[in-house]
Amino acid sequence: MKSFTYERPSSPAEAAAAVSRTPNAKFIAGGTNLLDLMKLQIETPTHLVDVNGLGLDAIAATPEGGLRVGALVRNTDLAADARVRRDYAVLSRALLAGASGQLRNKATTAGNLLQRTRCPYFYDTAQACNKRQPGSGCSALDGVSRQLAVIGASDACIATHPGDMAVAMRVLDATVETVDAKGGQRRIPIAEFHRLPGDRPEVDTTLAPGELITAVTLPKPLGGTHIYRKVRDRASYAYALVSVAAVVQPDGTGRAAFGGVAHKPWRVEAAEAEMARGAKAVTAQAFAGAKPTHDNAYKLKLAERTLGAALTEARA
Amino acid sequence: MVGASATAALAAVPQATGAAPMMGGAPMTGGGPAGTDRPVLAKVSLTVNGQRRDLELDTRTSLLDAAREHLHLTGSKKGCDHGQCGACTMIVDGRRINACLTLAVMHQGSQITTIEGLGQPESLHPMQAAFIKHDGYQCGYCTPGQICSGVAVLAEIEAGIPSHVTADLNAPMQASPAEIRERMSGNICRCGAYSNIVDAMTDVAGKQA
Repeated sequence: MKSFTYERPSSPAEAAAAVSRTPNAKFIAGGTNLLDLMKLQIETPTHLVDVNGLGLDAIAATPEGGLRVGALVRNTDLAADARVRRDYAVLSRALLAGASGQLRNKATTAGNLLQRTRCPYFYDTAQACNKRQPGSGCSALDGVSRQLAVIGASDACIATHPGDMAVAMRVLDATVETVDAKGGQRRIPIAEFHRLPGDRPEVDTTLAPGELITAVTLPKPLGGTHIYRKVRDRASYAYALVSVAAVVQPDGTGRAAFGGVAHKPWRVEAAEAEMARGAKAVTAQAFAGAKPTHDNAYKLKLAERTLGAALTEARA
Repeated sequence: MVGASATAALAAVPQATGAAPMMGGAPMTGGGPAGTDRPVLAKVSLTVNGQRRDLELDTRTSLLDAAREHLHLTGSKKGCDHGQCGACTMIVDGRRINACLTLAVMHQGSQITTIEGLGQPESLHPMQAAFIKHDGYQCGYCTPGQICSGVAVLAEIEAGIPSHVTADLNAPMQASPAEIRERMSGNICRCGAYSNIVDAMTDVAGKQA
């Protein structure tokens, strides 16, 4: 690990200012992804701004009938919150399907959104990776790609967003709240928060440099049956090959977002008009234009079957 | 989770040039050691197993390395050093975490319990006694992490924190074998003592109930 200076600011705007004015600075919250990457020298910040003491750890009701989740709320606490369990069960289920108990105790809401979109070649510093080293090429295109993206990818990058929480946030239409160095606030719809790789795969999100997430807001509850179904290589503590976050209403209408298939949580609202007709109709539209590799074409069928299983569970 | 002292602004500054370890005796140049292999030092006070410990550490020092290399508490083990194996699990401010994936300087004022603080040979924690009774280990390398995690898992169930296998998110939790297996998935045992670990935890959970 490269050495770094460290500070604990006393307000969110001060934290944003500290990262903005210091070259190669990063925020650190739970640190579970950042420190992992720093040990491998994939991330090499020279200054860390610790945001743990900023008081951004409350979950509060909003005037609109939703919930405002502080950026520093730990994954365990968000999953266990009585209001989340009752009204946003898809979010509890997604969080509990991710990582391990130890990591969920440390990982934060904002940090989970900001975990790097990644692939095994991103982690292997002996291999070319446009996300790790822009312009170096993509080893995954001709490499082992069974875990990687089937849609929304580019010739520069076929990495997948590894998170579960963000898939549920996407199906719930959450909003990311931020503050910048000048104290300016911004609200970013979750649909616009994560980027597709295009020709700049090194940029995962639409945050500006130094912009700090302060909260994630959930709109008022949708009702319906909430399901998060995750298919993986082992029963626990593994990334999704495919996951589905679904909210299904009694009349069969609903919403569905997919994890493990793209550089960001994948949701096509127009495809949800087909929900009452079944999984095949939805995925045919949601995955129109998919370009799977030889290794991961199975994910298209798996997405259809996983959504099908979720819809069956919702009807039960 | 943090004491009052932790909320005050703090900055770790590069170590004074003269005091920094030097490569081949060459003086340090440029804007300080950040971004190099040379250390930046910071002070931190932790309460470890009930004792306050004041340390001055390289900012890169993980909580695990602070315990093992600086406090000589070598019960917590370094397995993967990437949060995958759980051998480093400690209970920090009442929660189990991977001590390898957090910086010591981020834990100003934290209350930390390592395996040494759970029990000693003459006064075993019930979970330690149960691991012995049920043969919950073979080589023992993962065991301190398994035991710290096991103690915290039963507390999490007691506190009503759900898991991936909890059927009803809004009903009381049970310390069933399925729940224990899911919740312990962040602790790897290459000897494969899993079924005996489940037995040990089930035994302790039964005695607590």
